[in-house]
Amino acid sequence: MLDPYKIREDFPILKRKVNNNPLIYFDNAATSQKPRQVIEAIRSFYENHNANVHRAVYTLSQEASELYEDAHEEVAEFINASGMEETIFVRGTTEAINLVAYSQALHDLKKNDEVIVTLMEHHSNIVPWEILSKIAGFNIKYVDVNNDGTINYESFEGAISKKTKIVCVSHVSNVTGVVNDVRRIAKTAHEYGSLVLVDGAQSVPHLPVNVKDLDVDFLAFSGHKMLGPTGIGVLYGRREILEEMAPFQGGGEMIRDVEFSPKTRRCSITWNDLPWKFEAGTPNVCGGVGLTEAVKYLKKVGMENVKEHEEALTKYAMSKMRECCKKVKIYGPQTSTAKCGIVPFGVDGVSSHDIALFLDNYGIMVRSGFHCAQPLHEVFKLNSSARASFYIYNTCEEIDRFIEVLKEIEQF
Amino acid sequence: MGIIEDYVARTEGTCGKEQDVIVIFKYDKKDEAVKRILAKATLKKSIAGIVFELTFERFSFRLYGTGKAIFRDLKDKEELKALLSELLS
Repeated sequence: MLDPYKIREDFPILKRKVNNNPLIYFDNAATSQKPRQVIEAIRSFYENHNANVHRAVYTLSQEASELYEDAHEEVAEFINASGMEETIFVRGTTEAINLVAYSQALHDLKKNDEVIVTLMEHHSNIVPWEILSKIAGFNIKYVDVNNDGTINYESFEGAISKKTKIVCVSHVSNVTGVVNDVRRIAKTAHEYGSLVLVDGAQSVPHLPVNVKDLDVDFLAFSGHKMLGPTGIGVLYGRREILEEMAPFQGGGEMIRDVEFSPKTRRCSITWNDLPWKFEAGTPNVCGGVGLTEAVKYLKKVGMENVKEHEEALTKYAMSKMRECCKKVKIYGPQTSTAKCGIVPFGVDGVSSHDIALFLDNYGIMVRSGFHCAQPLHEVFKLNSSARASFYIYNTCEEIDRFIEVLKEIEQF
Repeated sequence: MGIIEDYVARTEGTCGKEQDVIVIFKYDKKDEAVKRILAKATLKKSIAGIVFELTFERFSFRLYGTGKAIFRDLKDKEELKALLSELLS
């Protein structure tokens, strides 16, 4: 088991006070706090190695290129990809999904093709498909979610057909923390010849994720939710698929040659090797450096330990909320099994925003609203929800304080 | 500078079906803003001196000692501006 008190020493922000109370940060599903190792790596990059990467022969550029390439390797190893060719750096999960959506929709998806999306998806795995279906003419089939927040596998099996070209599913729901059986979904999808795109924004930071074991074609995740900086994220893609796939954006870095033919008066373009073919323009080199440190940090803690710690916190929080609070309702699954460290909840007669504002008064940070998953809230028939989400530096002591304040909110 | 610019740092529409508006007062002016609003509005309920449930004209809202207020059932931004001007003046 990990020691959250020892881990907390690495996170400078956790020493600060908010509204004269020690900061209790329970909005980790939105973004995580950063350890000093990540902060130091970013500072050191700008102080010692900053330069643009690739195609420059001078020392600084060589150093920066090496650091940036190492970052790809580090991430590839973390998710058990075959190599850095399969890890494309993007701004975050949203851009990763858009990359796949645009590339697929503009080149491979045709009228009457189908894309499957579940109703528990974050808007970032719904909106790109809705936009592109209007351009490319493909259909979207939505998979139902059960009342407890779990995916309705019968609905999925009923929706899939030979027309399905891509199945889009989150590994872990950002509202309920439910862990979906991605392996099962991938197996069925592949039987029908469909690709599988997994939103790993809430899984990669919180549990061991092995792309080979899951047998998925794409996995999208964000650096900032896993101790890294904002503005850097990853799209894992199976090498043979990425090789065939058309680029998302055009520009420098992603090309090998741009040859002008005086005869045709057009340019013919040869794409760069993977992963650079999908990284147009000057990349976020420093973000990559920060992400490397974040991955190293998580590897040192151990992803099994991360998972166990969050499971223990979730179990503790859910049992205390039930035991101590009469008006608090927990949404989604009522047990902590097959669930990451996310607890969506409400207090009878109190809006989620009032809950968040009241907790803020005590330095406790929770999210309120739809959490960018409005369709799932419609399934639950909720106007909004409050959400507490945990990470490696959270403690049972913090949950006790949270419960104390929840009891005060019940007096509203 | 108008009275709203004097006291209000930011307004934020909430995410959710409720479509409430949260007003965040400037840090160095928040205590004064809270004092002014409490003097103008009618107190319905207070919890631990942290949150005040208030009414003013047809509006009901909650004001937090941290310098934030949550307003409901507003028609538009203009209505919010008019209400804040009244409350802060």
